[in-house]
Amino acid sequence: MRTDLEAPGTEPRLASGDDGVTVEAVSRRFGAVHALDGVSLQARAHEIVAVVGPSGCGKSTLLELVCGLQAPDAGRVSAPPAVLMPQRDGLLPWLSALDNAALARRVAGDSRAAARAAAHEHFAAFGLEGFERARPAALSGGMRQRVAFLRTLLAGRPVLCLDEPFGALDALTRVQMQQWLAGALQREPRTVLLVTHDVEEAALLADRIVLLSARPGRVVATLEVPLPRPRQRTDLQVVELRERALEALGAVAPAVAHTPPDGRA
Amino acid sequence: MPAAGLVLAALAAWEAIVRLGVVDQLLLPAPTQVLDALWTDRALLGEDLAVTLSEVLLGLAVAIAVGAALAIGMHLSSLMRTTLRPLVTGSQAVPVPVIAPLFILVLGFGLVPKVLMVALVCFFPVTINLYDGLRDVDPDARKLLRSLDATRWQAFRLLEAPSALPATFTGIKIAAAVAVIGAVFAEWAGADQGLGHALLTANGQLETARAFAATLLLFLLAVALYGAFAALERRVVDWTPRSEPAGGP
Repeated sequence: MRTDLEAPGTEPRLASGDDGVTVEAVSRRFGAVHALDGVSLQARAHEIVAVVGPSGCGKSTLLELVCGLQAPDAGRVSAPPAVLMPQRDGLLPWLSALDNAALARRVAGDSRAAARAAAHEHFAAFGLEGFERARPAALSGGMRQRVAFLRTLLAGRPVLCLDEPFGALDALTRVQMQQWLAGALQREPRTVLLVTHDVEEAALLADRIVLLSARPGRVVATLEVPLPRPRQRTDLQVVELRERALEALGAVAPAVAHTPPDGRA
Repeated sequence: MPAAGLVLAALAAWEAIVRLGVVDQLLLPAPTQVLDALWTDRALLGEDLAVTLSEVLLGLAVAIAVGAALAIGMHLSSLMRTTLRPLVTGSQAVPVPVIAPLFILVLGFGLVPKVLMVALVCFFPVTINLYDGLRDVDPDARKLLRSLDATRWQAFRLLEAPSALPATFTGIKIAAAVAVIGAVFAEWAGADQGLGHALLTANGQLETARAFAATLLLFLLAVALYGAFAALERRVVDWTPRSEPAGGP
């Protein structure tokens, strides 16, 4: 389902029509909690836009708005059909890896056999071969994320909303999965909104980084990332970008940000 | 097994107290006398056990069917929720010994009132646990299905129903443990067969050992039913990692 949501009382506008996502001056409150305050961002077709900010700045709310799971209190959200990859993978513990990956196809109306066949085609490329029948509890963290990402891809939506896909992984697995995701998205280009609290992850993967402040979430800066792929964590430009992002978020003092990087990892 | 040792010690103490004449054997028979009665009357008690077992099994089947229908109805329809919830809860306030004679009066001395009595005692834990289980679903998975535009029926079949299975089994196990109470009360209100009936007649004839033997069979019946459903649960709900500590991610 396409998301074209406006806060009540705003003037209706025509949707952009392509595979891009537009969020305009969106605010969202939950009772006394002001989650988002006048947030705007744009993702053109097949762009990867990272949304970075501290915990509780409304990042997940932003994705739910784009997926049409919530409506904004003010502002406008326009997006083609989007699918959500929830924070903790959202795998169903009673389904096998194959059936979890096939879930989006089942919901779309495919028969069990057709959905399984569609999912199984990708199992080798996703490094999941031999684990078709394994339940999520028997999979490693990285494999669980790959199953969840395959399920997300198979939904066949032009927009993917990834909510901290690697937040629960150990540092080593996370690095591997970031490289893997970059490759997977080069093979299967989609419009991606990637929520993360890791500026390095954003610098490695995104075409644009939107930095949000602590609650209420406001855009403090938008950084373009015109760097070639594949990117390495140690690339000088990636390191520079990471420091600029941290500086904009107020995590490091400007003086520190301009000193040569000292190998944080 | 320390538990077995404790039980044996308690039984030995019980035996000694009775044999030494501390209590009247008409009031409290010794464990060996109970076993003796169980053996002597095995043909009679065996028939009674079969009768009570069928009452309990049929009653549980009705309780599970009705309990599940109520829970699913209350989950899917807010009208059913508001109208039925007070009735479902209130049904458990009805005193079983009071209502049992009414069942017998209206439905006769046959199997039907016993089955309904068991079902009345048993449907509540099934309903409440299944109802709670259907609501208590991983919020991430719920969001995922909504973002996939799943229909109400798909959300129920793919997410809520399987997710509620462990809670449902908890309800069924509780029901299995209390089912014999319903059967015994129904038999007391009017029956010519069954362990409850055997208990009543043995009491009337001051055959205390036989009454205890019948009680022992009721006890074993409840334990066996519970064990059977627990075993079924392990086969059906085979995804919960039991070895992990509770409260994990």
